[in-house]
Amino acid sequence: MAERSFKNEVEKLRLGAGEEFHGEGILAVTKALLQSGVSYVAGYQGAPISHLMDVLTDANDILEELGAHFEHSASEATAAATLAASVNYPLRGAITFKSTVGTNVASDALANLSSGGVTGGALIIVGEDYGEGSSIMQERSHAFAMKSQIWLLDPRPNLTSIVNAVEQGFELSEASNTPVMLELRIRACHVHGRFIAKDNVRPAFTLKDALENPVRDVSRIVLPPASFVHEQEKITKRWPAAVKFIEERQLNEFFADGAQDFGLVLQGGLYNTVINALVLLGLSDAFGNSKIPLYVMNVTYPVVDSEIDRFCSGKRAILMIEEGQPDYIEQNLHALLRRAGIPTTLHGKDMLPMAGEYTAAAMLKGILRFVQQYAPQLIDQTALPIAARPVTAGSKPFPVPVIDQEVHARPPSFCTGCPERPIFTALKLVERELGTHHVSSDIGCHLFSILPPFNLGATTMGYGLGAAGAAAFNTRETSKRAISFMGDGGFWHNGLTSGVGNAVFNKSDNLLVIVDNNYSAATGGQDLLSSRGANPLRVTQVPIENAVRGVGVKWVRKITNTYKLEDLRDSMREALTTTESGPKVIIAQSECMLNKQRREKPLVRKALKSGERVVRERFGVDSDTCTGDHSCIRLSGCPSLTIKPNPDPLRKDPVVTVQNSCVGCGLCGEVAHAAVLCPSFYRAATISNPTRFDRLRDRVRRTVIGFLQDRIERRLAGIESIH
Amino acid sequence: MNTTEVSFDRSRPAPRAIKIAILAMGGEGGGVLADWMVDMAEEAGYYAQTTSVPGVAQRTGATIYYLEMFAPVAGVGAGVAPVLGMMPTPGELDIVLASELMEAGRAVQRGLVTVDKTLLIASTHRVYSMTEKTAMADGRVDAQRLIEAGYAAAQRFVHADFARLAEQNGSVISAALFGALAGSGKLPFVRDQFEQAIRRGGVGIDTSLAAFNAGFAVGASPQAVAPSRAAIHAEPAAAAPGARLQPQATRIGRDFPAAVEPTLTAGVLRMADYQDEKYATDYLDRLAAICELDRRHGDGTYRLLNETARYLALWMSYEDTIRVADLKTRRSRFERVTQEIGAAKAQVVQINEFMHPRVEEIADTMPAALGRWLLATGWARSLVHRFAHKGRVIQTTSLRGYLLLYCVASLKGMRRKSLRFQAEHAKIAEWLGHIQTQAGADYALALEVAESQRLVKGYGDTHIRGTLNFDTLMAALPALRKGPDAASRLRRLREAALADDSGKQLAAMMSGVAA
Repeated sequence: MAERSFKNEVEKLRLGAGEEFHGEGILAVTKALLQSGVSYVAGYQGAPISHLMDVLTDANDILEELGAHFEHSASEATAAATLAASVNYPLRGAITFKSTVGTNVASDALANLSSGGVTGGALIIVGEDYGEGSSIMQERSHAFAMKSQIWLLDPRPNLTSIVNAVEQGFELSEASNTPVMLELRIRACHVHGRFIAKDNVRPAFTLKDALENPVRDVSRIVLPPASFVHEQEKITKRWPAAVKFIEERQLNEFFADGAQDFGLVLQGGLYNTVINALVLLGLSDAFGNSKIPLYVMNVTYPVVDSEIDRFCSGKRAILMIEEGQPDYIEQNLHALLRRAGIPTTLHGKDMLPMAGEYTAAAMLKGILRFVQQYAPQLIDQTALPIAARPVTAGSKPFPVPVIDQEVHARPPSFCTGCPERPIFTALKLVERELGTHHVSSDIGCHLFSILPPFNLGATTMGYGLGAAGAAAFNTRETSKRAISFMGDGGFWHNGLTSGVGNAVFNKSDNLLVIVDNNYSAATGGQDLLSSRGANPLRVTQVPIENAVRGVGVKWVRKITNTYKLEDLRDSMREALTTTESGPKVIIAQSECMLNKQRREKPLVRKALKSGERVVRERFGVDSDTCTGDHSCIRLSGCPSLTIKPNPDPLRKDPVVTVQNSCVGCGLCGEVAHAAVLCPSFYRAATISNPTRFDRLRDRVRRTVIGFLQDRIERRLAGIESIH
Repeated sequence: MNTTEVSFDRSRPAPRAIKIAILAMGGEGGGVLADWMVDMAEEAGYYAQTTSVPGVAQRTGATIYYLEMFAPVAGVGAGVAPVLGMMPTPGELDIVLASELMEAGRAVQRGLVTVDKTLLIASTHRVYSMTEKTAMADGRVDAQRLIEAGYAAAQRFVHADFARLAEQNGSVISAALFGALAGSGKLPFVRDQFEQAIRRGGVGIDTSLAAFNAGFAVGASPQAVAPSRAAIHAEPAAAAPGARLQPQATRIGRDFPAAVEPTLTAGVLRMADYQDEKYATDYLDRLAAICELDRRHGDGTYRLLNETARYLALWMSYEDTIRVADLKTRRSRFERVTQEIGAAKAQVVQINEFMHPRVEEIADTMPAALGRWLLATGWARSLVHRFAHKGRVIQTTSLRGYLLLYCVASLKGMRRKSLRFQAEHAKIAEWLGHIQTQAGADYALALEVAESQRLVKGYGDTHIRGTLNFDTLMAALPALRKGPDAASRLRRLREAALADDSGKQLAAMMSGVAA
């Protein structure tokens, strides 16, 4: 069950020709796939295309009605290999994943696919996780397109352009027998907009047709001599075919050409930010009617030489607006202009930042610099937008008080009641006894351990590669072991072989902690092989323990409740000190709290309404015994465990408090016990709709306790005057 | 392919999108707020666009939602869509909504709030950052500076504790902020259009509308000046001494300066509450000498006396098992818990305590000789350890649990004879001695010695670590006195002790002192 449900929204996928669709970018992409007659879709979740996977899951019925198959692939490599179905058959297929990390994983299959080429349209939708909010290394998918010769679409970020790109992408792929990559930046994936829909199309040639009439063509398989032929084909046949299609169908767009003797060349995905800058500089209206000629590359690879020729001819200069580095397109244009003998001056990274996201402010400054050099009369110097005003000594563009000290970074962190938090608390406690260890981290929510308050984890080498990242630390010269972490998502993605199998084979003694929270939690709570819930579409409930033992691990401990801090601590201590050889694997299982709450809250609400007895537990802190040391926070970091002003007039330090968002996971109590912290924590159980027995017992208790509390009050009477 | 003739009419203002940013933390419902606005705008015939970068920011990290709304323009054909921005441009925002005060600060820091056009609507409640929360003492930033920054940066600044408004109405902060936005009148929509958007959203309509209503009132009311620092940092109201403490109260009025009266009053109240009136008298006796020294060597503010009185009161009311049991069994505490968890009358509440009294704490509570014997006698110690090595959960609302704690609390009468009492009071005497010795020669150093007591807090290992740090500082006094700036060096040592709980910084600094 994914974190976000699109059950209501997917009904929009049934819109017919002429109807207006309103919604999010990823939903529009799904609609475009259906309008294109897609036969199969596969992918692997990860921001920014997690929601695309979730939409497709929720749209499974609609896909099936159209004869289309949808898969949650085991990894991006699996997804890419799925496109093999389009090699021999006229089947349209699409895959999707997060780039560039997913593209890295998929690159073997993508290279094979693009070498042999395709018959049916093959579309690779990559969510480009670049810039603000990104959680991955800042690289470009462009390199993959170039190295394997996959055509790369980067459409303008409005729904109409995106939908067109999907449809044209399939056609381009078929016209040039080449897979096509559609790059969607993170904001484009989540943009809310509108477009006019078309009818959904059931493919003329179906998976059934293919299976019942198998075809093979050995010349499409990457083996000599075919592989050498493929390379020639790419250059002599497929490339020219692609260029012809792009030109004829006018996939790239010219705006206001001829308006000036200079112009801007831009990646389609940057169009809105460019127009925004031009509007602020008084060089365009809000509808994109620009005063400056624009050449918008909705196809960023291959570059269409003739269109560059046409745009540059008669222009003094152009500015290439290309986000990220290396500046592949700019380099390409330099070569192209020089070869063609065109004297137009090419600017790009000399006026815009070499690296980093092209934010609205960066774009504004870069374009202003360019226009000021070539047509300063077009700029009203007295009305420059604030973000473009020059910073001169003593004057700041924003005359606001500096409050840098008051604004702290606020990185993401473990959620309230997260079952992964106690795992790291336990490790902190073990390290108090056994000293610090080398910790190899993985990708997933558990990577938040590298941040305060835990500060645990030295490296992360990729999804599922936590154990592999500790492989070198395998020496007989010390008894100290490395510790690695891996999530259930990473485990099934590749960690079982790359980490666990590898450790068995190479006789590693290290400890691997597999964080099993029932979901691919960091990407939005999608199901996995080992998910505990039943899933009508997929097979779940396959235990990780069986897989681990199956590849030969002997020392396996399963902790079925990660909030049992002492069990975790003791298992870790044992794993780090036992004389038994071979890898030690601790499988720490508890359900992702976000998903658990989403599952349980409606049930609790229903039970409360129908008058059933419901017990709600939460934690609290007595502020009169809390001394304000905050050790508990340093061992937990739970968002609901926070501080408040000290009500004691004698004390200065803020006391700890538990907010009402507490879900009563129990970690606070476990920490108080295991770390011998303080007696300030209490767990309060609130019983709604109490039974008669509950009420009777409560009354008896209140009577006796009330009597004793009267005595206490009599003893204290007269100390404080009562107003 | 599109070659458009462009004509610019500079005489009338070009149609321009309304630009709005929402600064929130993942999971706070910023997306819901954005969706309401888009829905409202589209319903009114506007073009509206929203974008966000959820990613992992959904896990409580800071995140921004960005919206643009574009009014229908006469003469522009249907299907001609405006090109709307994907991200905020600093200096161009009409409206910034911040779901928390530090996030409002972040908006100011990023240049999103400008005095020529931006309406800033922010909730003044704090969701403390990890840095603020994990500090060993007080790491909170100055909320007043954030509010002042909001006033300095914005054209208009609407602020209130919208989180509390939302909670009071059983709703979420997005509804209260949406109400404030409606009330501000900054958007060209009437109140009903806002409310209809909530209704069409279809989730928690009644509570959302209640919170919206509360927010609306805030947004609609003129609010021009920043509240004073005092209003933000309201001191808790001080209690007054009752009949039994009149002798002590009279003595405070007669023998001590007025400047320290609040602290001394709080001190004697604490002593009597902790032990008895005699203990309150002991407390004042101990301070008499300090008072005299401060009168002679101080500057008339009596800071040394005040701080010594503060930390002496805290030290003399050290949290032993008796004290903890005493506080946990009181009626006021039961009432406070019931209120904190928001339990209704019809609900039954059970309170469970997490106690971990170890051999050390048990010995501490015993008469000194017996306690020492227990700690020193192997077999007895291991016998007690068998019962005390695990933490226990005690249900104070059950008869058994309550009686157990009640009995422990009633050991108060024996406290003066306990091992812990003797140990603490010996150390107190030593500390007061240091202060008295220094007061004449180096008043500032004496003050620092008094404030060093702040290091001793917590329970179990935390208490041991704090005590060790305190001892380290006291042991360094002779060496510090030899050099210049002893007071500021001692303060730096104290800050180092509070910088991390591994003792690394303090150790590093101490190596310099020893040399």
